[in-house]
Amino acid sequence: MSESNSMNLKLKIWRQLNSNAKGKMVDYQVSGVSPDMSFLEMLDVLNDQLITKGEDPVVFDHDCREGICGMCSLMINGQAHGPEERTTTCQLHMRKFKDGDTIIVEPWRAKAFPVLKDLMVDRSAFDDIIQAGGFISVNTGNAPDANAIPISKENADFAMDAAACIGCGACVASCKNASAMLFVSAKVSQFSLLPQGEVESKERAVNMVNKMDSLGFGNCTNEAECEASCPKGISISNIARMNREYTSGAVTGK
Amino acid sequence: MSSTLAVTLKSSVVKKQLVGVTGLLLCGFLVTHLAGNFLLLVGPEAFNKYGHALTSNPLIYVAEAGLLALFLGHMGMAIRVTLQNKSARPEGYYMKTRTGRGSTFASSSMPYTGIILLAFVIFHLQGIKFGEVYNVTYDGVVMRDLYRLTFEKFSTLPYVGFYVLSMFAMAVHLSHGFWSAFQSVGFFHTRYTPALRKSAIAFALVVGGGFSFLPIYCFLTGAN
Ligand code: FES
Repeated sequence: MSESNSMNLKLKIWRQLNSNAKGKMVDYQVSGVSPDMSFLEMLDVLNDQLITKGEDPVVFDHDCREGICGMCSLMINGQAHGPEERTTTCQLHMRKFKDGDTIIVEPWRAKAFPVLKDLMVDRSAFDDIIQAGGFISVNTGNAPDANAIPISKENADFAMDAAACIGCGACVASCKNASAMLFVSAKVSQFSLLPQGEVESKERAVNMVNKMDSLGFGNCTNEAECEASCPKGISISNIARMNREYTSGAVTGK
Repeated sequence: MSSTLAVTLKSSVVKKQLVGVTGLLLCGFLVTHLAGNFLLLVGPEAFNKYGHALTSNPLIYVAEAGLLALFLGHMGMAIRVTLQNKSARPEGYYMKTRTGRGSTFASSSMPYTGIILLAFVIFHLQGIKFGEVYNVTYDGVVMRDLYRLTFEKFSTLPYVGFYVLSMFAMAVHLSHGFWSAFQSVGFFHTRYTPALRKSAIAFALVVGGGFSFLPIYCFLTGAN
């Protein structure tokens, strides 16, 4: 990496000691950032510089750093996972920014996602929703032959698309209502579109939606900011499917 | 675990469906109201007789009660949803940028255009329905001369301006609300939903434009 290539950036980062403390935006300078780094690597560089100075490093969630685990988050310049379409923060490259830019970094914000420290939030509300119905509990028998259960190509595609959800919570973070509908609907759809999951599809929708509501997420107003900021491009058509499954499940007493 | 009725009615899914369905029914009301308004172009007798036929039918009270229930239901549920949504994010963002690929001006301004419409409905009822009573007699039957009242009301520019601006707000409200109601009740189709979104805009233009046309028409032709 040539010196001329390295970037200097100004960062405004949310710092908060713990979930009870009052946080604030703090200004930082970070130097020696390569345009080939990911956003998280840039934060690693910042943290190295902070540790060298004897300061507390910035806490943020991450794991796989290859866009598949859903652990990374961050509101970057007011957008969930930053400005790139269908890209997680860990896959966002610094070349998308310019030398000298000021970048605003905040945690996901929702009543159901309390901040634990700095940029790390507690997303266990999603686990609670999964525990309420995100599984198949009927006996589906032994592993069948690959083609023994016919599934239309269309349904297989829709189910696969829904299953691409990594549960990162960008939908909640970007929704002005902090609604979790896109996440829940993806989980409802990935099961209900396939024969093994279809059996319990209505009661699953009812149980998961009721759980979601009890956790303090907002109500969907069909603005589709969730779909637009979803790193996996989950479609709001899943929300429509969940809506009809919920209602038919509720009226049939499932 | 089955859902009790109370839980179902309070669920985020059903609340939205109630807002959507009442909204769609109100759209139906708008269409009939607009169609009736166009009798203004036919002439005073047709317009006044239509008004009389509506108000002299005893079923009008049932219809009005139903309409009021729709309005109150739509509004009450929407207010509830909006307040809950505000409390779902107690601490806002330092910076929030729209992606430009999701929400629209119409979708994000629903509560505001809704408030404008509420103010409009009150003003409109007070000015026309509960406004001055002029009488006219056709075939020996005395009835309200709503034709005269309408032209009188729309003879000043601020009055016409307020109507046109309110109808603009309504068009914006409808352009999101109309398709959004279908999504809430569970209708989504890869081909028809984009078409539905376009037809929501067309519907908004026709209804908003139609309701704006008549005040302007009265203003321009009434002076002569
Ligand atoms: S760290 Fe795993 S998806 Fe970003």
